[in-house]
Amino acid sequence: MASYKPVVVQSFPKLGEKITQDTLYWKNYKTPVQIKEFGAVNKIDFSPIPPHNYAVTASSRIHIYGRYSQEPIKTFSRFKDAAYCATYRDDGKLLVAGSEEGVVRLFDINGRAALRQYDGHTKAVHVVDFLSDKYRIVSGADDYTSKLWDIPSATEIVSYSEHMDYVRCGCTSKLNTDLFVTGSYDHTVKVFDVRTEKSVMTVEHGQPVESVLLFPSGGLLVSAGGRYVKIWDILKGGQLLVSLKNHHKTVTCLCLSSSGQRLLSGSLDRHVKVYSTASYKVVHSFDYAASILSLALAPEDETIVVGMTNGVLNVKNRKHEESKERLPKKKRPGYRTFVKGRNYMPKQEDFFVSKPVRSHLKKYDKLLKSFQVTKALDVVLEARNRTPEITVAVMQELNRRGTLQNALAGRDETQLSVLLAFLIRYVVEPRFAPMLIKVAEMIIGK
Amino acid sequence: MQLYSCSLDGTIKLWDFTDGILIKTFLVGYKLLAFYTLAGSEDSVFIIIPKKIEDFLDWFQLVSVKLPKTPDQEVEAKELSLILDDIGQSPKCTAFGREGEYVASVRGLHLLVYFFKKKKVNRFPLSATSRKGANNYFTCVACHPKEDCIASGHKDGKIRLWRNFNHKREYTFSTLHWHHDVVMDLAFSVEGTSLLSGGVESVLVQWRDGSDYRKEFLPRLGSTIEHISASPDGTFYCTSHTENKITIIHSNLSVSAVIQGLVKGSDVKTGLVVDPRTKALVLNGKPGHLQFYCLQTDKQLYNLDIVQQEYIHQIGLNQVDLVKAAFSAQGNWLATVEQREEKETELELQMKLWNYDEQTQSFTLNTRINMPHEDHVTALCFRDTDELEDGTPILVTAGNDGRFKVWVLVNDSDSEKQSMGWSCDFVGSYHNYPATNCCFSEDGSLLAVSFEETVTVWNSDTWDLICTFCHPPGRIQNLCFGRLSCSKYLLGTTDNGFLCCWNLLTCALEWSAQLNVMVLQPDPLSENIAAVSRLLEGSDLFVFKPNEPRPFYIQRNVCRERVQWAVFIPRDVPDSTGSEKHQWLSRSQLYFLTETQDLLTFSTKSAEERLTPSSKQLAVEESLPMTPFSLLLGKHRHQQRSKENADLDTAVVQSHLPQDSPAIKELLHTPAHVLPSASFLCSIFINSMLISKENKSAGEVVDEVEMDSEKAEDESDEDLELTEMEQDINPTEFLGEITETKLSKYQEKQLRKIRRRDYSWVAAL
Repeated sequence: MASYKPVVVQSFPKLGEKITQDTLYWKNYKTPVQIKEFGAVNKIDFSPIPPHNYAVTASSRIHIYGRYSQEPIKTFSRFKDAAYCATYRDDGKLLVAGSEEGVVRLFDINGRAALRQYDGHTKAVHVVDFLSDKYRIVSGADDYTSKLWDIPSATEIVSYSEHMDYVRCGCTSKLNTDLFVTGSYDHTVKVFDVRTEKSVMTVEHGQPVESVLLFPSGGLLVSAGGRYVKIWDILKGGQLLVSLKNHHKTVTCLCLSSSGQRLLSGSLDRHVKVYSTASYKVVHSFDYAASILSLALAPEDETIVVGMTNGVLNVKNRKHEESKERLPKKKRPGYRTFVKGRNYMPKQEDFFVSKPVRSHLKKYDKLLKSFQVTKALDVVLEARNRTPEITVAVMQELNRRGTLQNALAGRDETQLSVLLAFLIRYVVEPRFAPMLIKVAEMIIGK
Repeated sequence: MQLYSCSLDGTIKLWDFTDGILIKTFLVGYKLLAFYTLAGSEDSVFIIIPKKIEDFLDWFQLVSVKLPKTPDQEVEAKELSLILDDIGQSPKCTAFGREGEYVASVRGLHLLVYFFKKKKVNRFPLSATSRKGANNYFTCVACHPKEDCIASGHKDGKIRLWRNFNHKREYTFSTLHWHHDVVMDLAFSVEGTSLLSGGVESVLVQWRDGSDYRKEFLPRLGSTIEHISASPDGTFYCTSHTENKITIIHSNLSVSAVIQGLVKGSDVKTGLVVDPRTKALVLNGKPGHLQFYCLQTDKQLYNLDIVQQEYIHQIGLNQVDLVKAAFSAQGNWLATVEQREEKETELELQMKLWNYDEQTQSFTLNTRINMPHEDHVTALCFRDTDELEDGTPILVTAGNDGRFKVWVLVNDSDSEKQSMGWSCDFVGSYHNYPATNCCFSEDGSLLAVSFEETVTVWNSDTWDLICTFCHPPGRIQNLCFGRLSCSKYLLGTTDNGFLCCWNLLTCALEWSAQLNVMVLQPDPLSENIAAVSRLLEGSDLFVFKPNEPRPFYIQRNVCRERVQWAVFIPRDVPDSTGSEKHQWLSRSQLYFLTETQDLLTFSTKSAEERLTPSSKQLAVEESLPMTPFSLLLGKHRHQQRSKENADLDTAVVQSHLPQDSPAIKELLHTPAHVLPSASFLCSIFINSMLISKENKSAGEVVDEVEMDSEKAEDESDEDLELTEMEQDINPTEFLGEITETKLSKYQEKQLRKIRRRDYSWVAAL
């Protein structure tokens, strides 16, 4: 015969964000540390060498922070005006920065004064970067030019003046020692090969370009400007692959996760969005207190650092699961006790006697099965109110059986107060309201 | 091993139940309501009859009848002697005691005990109600087989065990109380050690030693227990239930077997639906279940639990009702709507969508939607898109809240897990009138929704309103599109007795007819549409094509009751043997359900069906000596063969292809070892080859109308409510008299009996 059918607990679809692997991954950070800088943070760069310190460019200073320190380890403050875009070299020993006065300065991490100074730009240099051969520097400036410098001799190798507006962003290829990309307010992104006199590729972004990024493979180019993030396929001659419009204000910075599977974009709308680079869908989103200007991820995504227009630096460190191991292990029967005979392979001549699977009923179901309605209601009310849907489902079942009145009757003050507390807490929830109003009416009616 | 049976027609029949032969018939001449025999007295039996003939005024008597020992087949038994007067008519209300020494009977508030030896009646009254609100009316009685003890069941669920009842005053009784509602039946086990009781709770209770503490239960038997009996060898108990079910139970209270027919519910709300996969008829079954019922084998295939809640067997409880069900065209999706209405204002609705799982071969719940509409759901239908087209399935529901909703299957799977679910895509309304019907055109491009008196037609791609029809005014009751070549027509029926046909190309009324249509059912495989109308009494069937306002087939008075639902069930093999008039039945068969929950069908019996019983008889014939049974068979076969031959002849005339004749087919396909002797078959064979001059007589045979009244069917076979009607109408006698020849009841019963016989024992010989 059919067995007892347990009470159907209605599940309601959760509105809003769904829990995915991504949300779990990106939520697994500690409470953020806020550090106040002197001005808007325009660049954050992590050292590629452990312990992965990071350089923060804000106002006329460059601060170097350690992973867990809230005070700067080191400060470079030899700028007369704003400093821009302090960037580490691949070996983590040198740091280059542009400045408002149009000078590019090279620092030794351990030194204080600038090692070299590269003069030539007539206006503010907003972007500097090392080429991957480590001996040359690329810079882009508000005088519409981008220049290539030789580090040791501090001389200009070549200058490109193809952009029609400020050059505000750029990056160098990690694979090719001669390739770099610049983005400009003239709505274009240009790819340069330093062996040639002219740009090798131009893509039309459509808005002033705020940030560009090359994928580690070098095949894909990401540009951000206006509300758009656009992905271009370089190998196909700069074909637009996908255009993402998930921010509602200008996107200011881009960053790749260390695995290369996720792309992060920060925007003036105070959000950081995480995209999957496979589907180009938003898989997660962070909220911040102010408009975001810069964003950086430590290797292995250990730290997310976000710089904002109000000069606040927001640092999030990844949580590590250590506390669980400290719990004392409970004395339990050994693993072998449980698997005893489970993995026995029946021989050919064996008779197979299947053991009926016993369905385990919940406590309230057991009570309902034996028609102990008051007790069943007591049990679900006791359950610390963590699962109000079960409580309501049992009430509904009692109502269906026509015994809700009986179950509610004959309660003393303490029992009633538990019931009333439950009602007061959940009667406002629309999914429970019809049932709970009915229960309330029954209680009041008595 | 012999068996007596009695019936309301006043006969007692003696059967050999192992062979299924009627041995004797005793004519009593009264309506026989109950029948008892005693092991001690072979020659007399006990029956309950109404006091006066043809007078059912609640006055019944227990009499004993002496059965005369004459060798005749039909004997009159007129020797009646009165034993108890004024007793209950139910067989459960009378029981015979230990070795037939006394008989106990209950009626109202009285227990009567008659002692045969002393010829004395003891009467034990109970008060109607006690202070505790007991309801002491007797419902059933049973006697202990070994001791002087009577068990009686009462309306309030109490069981009383009476002892010492041969004294008028010093009698005693003890009370057992577990049932919360009426005790429907009681039975003692063979040794009398335990008492079985059952009732509305559908729990079989076993009371050991008549003690209140030693009781065992067998719960969840499905539905109310009506009767309980124990087998004489004590190994089995048997319970019969209201839902057309018999359960056989081991004496250790474990279910041994279930015999289940078509579950007869109180009300079939889902209507008759065809499962496109199994071609089974799907309708309400057990409470909260859908039953899949195979019409060919008269077997319940399976029950699908829709509500998935514990059913509480209690009278007056407001249970969840399954009100709507619909399959998608390929049977991949099943949509069901269940409702529970507490008061006028409180309505709980739930729509469930089930996906067919190929692996488990059953439906699994995919989506549950609470309150799909604010008010009752009046109709739901799937868009019949071809699966090849890979169109997403679309479901439309219409509700009394004045809206129709379009539900689509959406893929909400993310990177980790695949999941599909249904969600609402569009909500449409028309001046907030309640939506009463909805249906899709055959190609799925148009959706027709009726709102009160208006029919609206919507584009199913854009969900734009295309046009409305409203003529003549009247609430639309049924709505359907024409099919195949008639797909440009839309048909609707109104409650003020009009059948209208609109042309969708011209957006105008094509024709209308005044007909009070109850059911409008299109045939999925042809243009034909069946309409069942009802005038003052009796339902009439009309079959027509939408392009032709004149029906091509009319059958007056298909049944007396109102027809509630009808459905065309596609045949596995197209039936080509039907005559011209029955062409519309060649590809699918029409079934309909009446108000009294009788399922009827229209059939032209195919040659194959007609032949099977006779071929079985032929097989039996060979291995049997001359017995009364074979005599009986012989008689029947004779009749049947003459009929057959006539049919065969017509077949020959029509086709001129003798090798197609069923007789030859049968001859060639029956294994040689079961064929009767060649001399026996010779005449059939020769007959089938002849193009005889019997043409006229054959025509008469085909034209005759055989109506098996389903009352007769009910008597002999309760689990099968199918009545087959073999009918035809002479075209010239369009609305005139129908010639009708009826087989006598006796012949009918025998025919049916033969058909139902189990011939497997032949193989064992």
